[in-house]
Amino acid sequence: MAKRSAPEVNAGSMADIAFLLLIFFLVTTTIETDRGISRKLPPIPVEDIVPPVIKQKNIFTVIVNRNNDLLVEDQLMDLKDLRQAAVEFLDNGGGAGEEACDYCQGLRDPSSSDNPNKAIISLVNDRQTKYGTYISVQNELVGAYNVLRNREAQRLYGMDYSEMEKNFNDPNYNGNKEVLGKRVDEIQNMYPQKLSEAEPKS
Amino acid sequence: MAKFTKKMGGELPAVNTASLPDIVFMLLFFFMVATVMRQNTLMIQNKLPFADQVEKLDKKDLVMYIYAGKPSPRYQQKYGTEARIQLNDKFAEVSDVQQFIYAERESKREELIPYLTTALKVDVETNMGLVSDIKQELRKAEALKINYTTRIGEVSKNLE
Repeated sequence: MAKRSAPEVNAGSMADIAFLLLIFFLVTTTIETDRGISRKLPPIPVEDIVPPVIKQKNIFTVIVNRNNDLLVEDQLMDLKDLRQAAVEFLDNGGGAGEEACDYCQGLRDPSSSDNPNKAIISLVNDRQTKYGTYISVQNELVGAYNVLRNREAQRLYGMDYSEMEKNFNDPNYNGNKEVLGKRVDEIQNMYPQKLSEAEPKS
Repeated sequence: MAKFTKKMGGELPAVNTASLPDIVFMLLFFFMVATVMRQNTLMIQNKLPFADQVEKLDKKDLVMYIYAGKPSPRYQQKYGTEARIQLNDKFAEVSDVQQFIYAERESKREELIPYLTTALKVDVETNMGLVSDIKQELRKAEALKINYTTRIGEVSKNLE
């Protein structure tokens, strides 16, 4: 019997097979991360806690009805004006003495909020309100806080608050994280996000 | 001399393609590693709203997804057109949300549980009643960190 050497496998079609797989993965890949508005829900209150009394002038009421209309402080308002109105309310700083706000640049109207620490935005929805409207309103209110926080961060540290926060959450950031964390906290305490949501009316 | 003249008349040599499979394989492996297969098959319409004050939601393993919206056209015969919740691969009731959160928590490592976030992927057209019910259930389950997943854009596009 003649001694036969094993025939060589033809690898010419290997490229074709690899291409096929490549195209499959190319099509199915989605390199994306989800983005969205982060919020924290309030815990369910304990029964026998008496809610603290809040002055009416420190509450900024936003009501959205079933036709997706906005009623802000008893006045009809367009969505595009909401951010400015919220900024004016939060930045008012009408308080005196202990409640005075030395960094506020608002009108210091005594009938509006005393201090950003006291100012609360209250949002009331209807059960028939569209989710899109709700997100728009949320976005504008969060935007108002971000406008003020950016302004203060820019004034104190020459940097946007959103950028500071992004660096703080970035594990690869190679600056001083401790200092940055303190600064982020400080800005957050200047304009704390106090956004209260009532349970929707039907 | 004959040695040289023979080459002069010859054609251009073919490009060697022996390394082509290697290059393709390299690309293949890259995409295989980078691919994230969609975990859930959507049974609902899911047109997310627009927003611009957004934060990134990385660390996909720390996110629990809750979908809500109208059933897709091919499920409408069976389930109607009223907006519904989808958990994993099936429709669910509001009362199932708590159980879902507990089950998800169970499947994660204990030290990661405080970092879990719930992503709400809700269709623009959904009524707030359903969303509030979900939020109420999340509060009961003490899953307080939530994220309304959105697309990036001007909010005015939500009203169209």
